Amino acid sequence: MVPTNYYLILSAIIFTIGAVGVLSRRNALIIFMCVEMMLNSVNLTLIAMSRQWNNLNGQIFVFVIMAVAAAEVAVGLAILIAHYHHAKTTNIDDINVMKW
Amino acid sequence: MFNLAWLLFAFPTAGALIILLVGKRMPQKVVGWLASAAVIAAFGVAISLLFSLIGLPAEEQQITITYWQWMTIGSFQIPAAVLIDPLSVTMAMVVTGVGALIHVYSIGYMADEERYQRYFFYLNFFILAMLTLVMSNNFLGMFVGWEGVGLASYLLIGFWFDKKDDTYGWYADCGKKAFIVNRIGDFGMLVAMFMIWSTLGSLVFGEVGALAHTLAPATATIICLLLLLGASGKSAQIPLYVWLPDAMAGPTPVSALIHAATMVTAGVYMMVRTYALWEMSVPAMAVAAWIGALTALLAATIALVQTDLKKILAYSTVSQLGFMVMAAGLGAYGAAIFHLVTHAFFKALLFMGAGSVMHATHGVLDINRLGGLRTKMRSTYITFAIGTAALAGIIPFSGFFSKDAILVASLDQNIPVYIIAALTALLTAVYSFRALFVTFHGAPRDPHLYKHAHESPRIMTIPLWILAILTVFAGGFNLPFLLPLEHWLESSFSHQEKISVTVEIFGIMVSIVLSFFGLLIAWAYYVRKEAWPATLTKPFLFLRPLFEHKWYIDQIYERVIVAPLKAISSWFARVFDPKVIDGAVNTVGAVCMDAGEAVRKLQNGAVPTYAFSIFLGVVAVLLYFLFMG
Repeated sequence: MVPTNYYLILSAIIFTIGAVGVLSRRNALIIFMCVEMMLNSVNLTLIAMSRQWNNLNGQIFVFVIMAVAAAEVAVGLAILIAHYHHAKTTNIDDINVMKW
Repeated sequence: MFNLAWLLFAFPTAGALIILLVGKRMPQKVVGWLASAAVIAAFGVAISLLFSLIGLPAEEQQITITYWQWMTIGSFQIPAAVLIDPLSVTMAMVVTGVGALIHVYSIGYMADEERYQRYFFYLNFFILAMLTLVMSNNFLGMFVGWEGVGLASYLLIGFWFDKKDDTYGWYADCGKKAFIVNRIGDFGMLVAMFMIWSTLGSLVFGEVGALAHTLAPATATIICLLLLLGASGKSAQIPLYVWLPDAMAGPTPVSALIHAATMVTAGVYMMVRTYALWEMSVPAMAVAAWIGALTALLAATIALVQTDLKKILAYSTVSQLGFMVMAAGLGAYGAAIFHLVTHAFFKALLFMGAGSVMHATHGVLDINRLGGLRTKMRSTYITFAIGTAALAGIIPFSGFFSKDAILVASLDQNIPVYIIAALTALLTAVYSFRALFVTFHGAPRDPHLYKHAHESPRIMTIPLWILAILTVFAGGFNLPFLLPLEHWLESSFSHQEKISVTVEIFGIMVSIVLSFFGLLIAWAYYVRKEAWPATLTKPFLFLRPLFEHKWYIDQIYERVIVAPLKAISSWFARVFDPKVIDGAVNTVGAVCMDAGEAVRKLQNGAVPTYAFSIFLGVVAVLLYFLFMG
């Protein structure tokens, strides 16, 4: 059996990559993809711990997370497309209307 | 009958309220008579209280009626109550009786006044406050009245607040001076009350009197000296008498009522009321006696050289109050109150007479411009002469008996004080007859004024005659050896020492000699224009500038107290307030604004920054759970 540590480390790596991506990328679509990455890394952690403790709750929760991720992507992309119609760019640095 | 005592306060309150609320819509005469009726009714109540009290045996002549509990804070209990005893009833009768006469007189005197309603409102308010002062059974109630009369005095002195002249400056400033100088005395009263409560646990006169013997002599002395400060403020003694001469800026009936007959006697009344405390402190009584005597002498010397008739009377009042305070300091409470009563009669009479003269001369009171008025104003002249005789202590007028009672008390106890008092009595006779002779006798000095002088209307002269009759016969209240008034009042204070017959007779004879000698000097110098008084007083002539400049007291106060205070106030107003106080407030505002400027940078609208904040928050929560969860 693959040691659980490996799964957790992999998950952490993927999460970090996703987080850094969210913070430093300019394209809104890429940021969405990074957010998906973070969510999926969490899914990996849940499944790994579920296998270790022989508790199916972890795997069930993965389904919940996937459903939420799907819904979130749908809404988020809808907002992005609406914004793109208006601003003609997906550069998030240009979305700065709600400032002081 | 005692359950009617509340009417004493109800009548003036009703009068004041009606005049305040609807006075402008009533004709002037109605306002005046309504106010007078209120005080006359109060006088009726006082008379009924007198008769009810006389019927009781001496031990029972202290009736307390509590109307409600004013303050209850733990052990600090102050009732709203009156003490009906000989002393308070005597004072109430003087206040309402003389007050009623002055109200009636004012109807005539103030007939041309535009702010008629305000005047009578203030007068009724004053009567209410003064009655509160004298009838209250505890220090705090008395203090409410004390402050009330101070307020009424301020309002009435500065009644013509928009007037300014050479004698007084802005009349409003005279009111201010009275109020502020009085405040210093009030401070003394307050600290004394604090000490009394903290050492004896009560502020009710009866209880304080019963417990007074438990006071340590040092504590009693401090309390009494503070009370003396309070009395000096209200009763115009050294060092706080300076407001009274300036108070003459007010209408003359006000001078008669407040600054001769009633308010200024509040200090003396207070000293008699608190006799139990004074008896615990021999040094404080000695200080009071000396302050009274010195004030009497100082004021008499100044009155000798004043040229304004009202100012002569004002300094005379300070002097006579000195006699009363001196008597209280000597323990001669009966004599002090007797002189208070007779002085109320003849001084109010004299002031009202001066008002009558002002009426005739259109406000001119410089005696160097008057003269010969006795032919034009017979009633005013005769009543003024009667008042003068009483003031000078000419037998058998009432002033002789009351002043003599005080002189004999000082002769019995304290010879140096007696010498000062006797000298003052002589000067009193001189200056009072000087005022009479220069104003009413001789050739008129200003023909134009003399031509237009006329007697005052009856509404003004009838009160004069009533007071004159009282002045003549009030001596009977307390003749030597018989002393009915003193015996009646004794239940309110301690038993009065019997003075030996020899001392009494000697005192009477010296008083008679001094008063007639003073009359003779004034008659010779001012009527017959003889020279011997001048040669007699030539060795003392160097003192004249000192007297004329009122011993430079006002100037000293101005330099030492007023100017530094004004400088400090000015510094506070010009430097401290804008720079420090406003600076602090503005700094708070500026700090808020700068903080806002800094914090505002957070909200820059850039999504990555917001994402980073979320990230930081998550990290923080994680760390928390890692290390503390």
